[in-house]
Amino acid sequence: MDVLVCVKRVPDVAEAEIEIARDGKAIDESDLSHGTNEWDDYAVEAAVSLKEQHGGSVTALTVGDEDAEEVLRRALAMGADEGVRLDDPLFAAADAQGVATILRHAIAQRPYDLILTGAVSSDAGGGLVGASLAAGLGIPHVSLATSLEVEGTSATVRHEAEGGLERIVTLDLPAVVTVQTGINEPRYVSIRGIRKVAGKEIPLLGAPEVGLDAAALGTRVVLGELFLPEQGEGAEILEGGDDEVAEALVQRLHERGGLPA
Amino acid sequence: MTRVLVIAERSAAGLDDSTFELITAARSLGDVTVSAAVLGADTGALAAELARWCDGVFAYEDALFETPDGDLAAAVLAPLLEREQPALTLVAHTNTGMDLAPALAERAGVPLLPDCLSIAIEGDHLGAVRTLYGGKVHARVTSSASLAAGEGSLATLRPGACRAPEAAPETGGSVSSEGVPEGCAPRRRLVETVAPEPGAVDISAAEILIAVGRGIEEEENLDLARSLADALGGELACTRPVVDKQWLPKSHQVGTSGTTVKPKVYLALGISGSFQHMGGIKGDPFIVAINKDPAAPIFAQADVGIVGDLFDIVPLVEEKVLERKG
Repeated sequence: MDVLVCVKRVPDVAEAEIEIARDGKAIDESDLSHGTNEWDDYAVEAAVSLKEQHGGSVTALTVGDEDAEEVLRRALAMGADEGVRLDDPLFAAADAQGVATILRHAIAQRPYDLILTGAVSSDAGGGLVGASLAAGLGIPHVSLATSLEVEGTSATVRHEAEGGLERIVTLDLPAVVTVQTGINEPRYVSIRGIRKVAGKEIPLLGAPEVGLDAAALGTRVVLGELFLPEQGEGAEILEGGDDEVAEALVQRLHERGGLPA
Repeated sequence: MTRVLVIAERSAAGLDDSTFELITAARSLGDVTVSAAVLGADTGALAAELARWCDGVFAYEDALFETPDGDLAAAVLAPLLEREQPALTLVAHTNTGMDLAPALAERAGVPLLPDCLSIAIEGDHLGAVRTLYGGKVHARVTSSASLAAGEGSLATLRPGACRAPEAAPETGGSVSSEGVPEGCAPRRRLVETVAPEPGAVDISAAEILIAVGRGIEEEENLDLARSLADALGGELACTRPVVDKQWLPKSHQVGTSGTTVKPKVYLALGISGSFQHMGGIKGDPFIVAINKDPAAPIFAQADVGIVGDLFDIVPLVEEKVLERKG
């Protein structure tokens, strides 16, 4: 079985102070560390464990500049057989639907049984690449998978549905499944593991190679100004030393009936 | 006059709250007609309710639509968008909406503005404000579709971003029965729908919740929160990453994909405050947030916040609580 897995390099903003770049159209990423989008890490693990069970191959794809190679190397270290980087000056302005279009063109040229993506990315977070890609390829999809099994030419997927419910469905391959965090336990990647795949050649495909031009790519959603949300109406921030704030907090809890009598 | 199409979402009780929020957001655009599409095995009551809120309802009633299936719904609704040419199609940014909207936008060939907090018509285009980087950044985005040229856009609206009025405006819309478009067959086969396993403790009934997020860092640190919960007579809850790491069972997870809770007091320890998590907290509790990141989105929603190290502060709080108890 041939599994394709789409991955993305993202900045880690969890505890970082974010500044908007001078042009107002991006954040200043210079002081941020980067890595594989968390959801994609689970998708790679799912792809590699399917290969271990059923044989076949895993190919990781990413749309991104040279720096994005690191997320492909990580996928290779986890057990992917090949990494493919999609980059072109035309791709730089692609929105999420544009990324789905680029992936669709690259994927249409190769054999596959199953395509996995992370359900969302931690940066843009629109969660739309997987299902867009499926619709573009004319194959079925399921979003937000929390378990995934393949038997013969069909997949059984448990996925998050409405109102806290989960639903188990089967669908014929080929298909796209978008992967939720927690679906598995992504394997540990050691520095030695990364070193082992450091020499592996990563093919680079541009717009002509995947058969795309500016007209086909287009821009559907124009990104305007970025700004930091106002914190003004937010919480009353307790100030002082640890002991003072703890005391003030207990007082507030007492006033709000949050303390046992 | 701008034509807006709202895709209704079903819940166990009927129509999901998000559907009324979409209708309200559509009306806020000004000079609009709002119609709604609903799919189901039995749409009678849903369509009748939507007709009190909308100018028109497209009801797709078939046994095929018994359970929501975004893949199928996209195939069914794309021809409706083609025929009705709405300037804007609105879908809720819920699990169901995320399953539907991207495939529908691709099939209909329209721009998709995902996870919007607000929408507005800006000249010839649809504009929106959405969040990036887990809520730490907001962005203005604009659809490239030209309203004057009759081009459509699709937007998904974050649940809770827009408050719907209690009472229907009694618009008296008409309901049209729609057939299943030719060639539309489900590609998913339902095995079963699974309700979350009830835990030993029902956090949805707890009055005091001590919830931990990623900031708890290690499994053994849960004892810190557990101990505070005991002192306060509360229950332990958590965010998704804590369940992903299998430190706590799923029955402790608060959020749109977990349990909906309605406590009086909610203590959030090391929780950033993603909308998926906060969406599970109802009933306007007193929210306390302790987080070392001053820019964590949770501080915008909490009543009281402490910017600091929870490992230093939580034991002090516990000590003082026990002192008061005597």
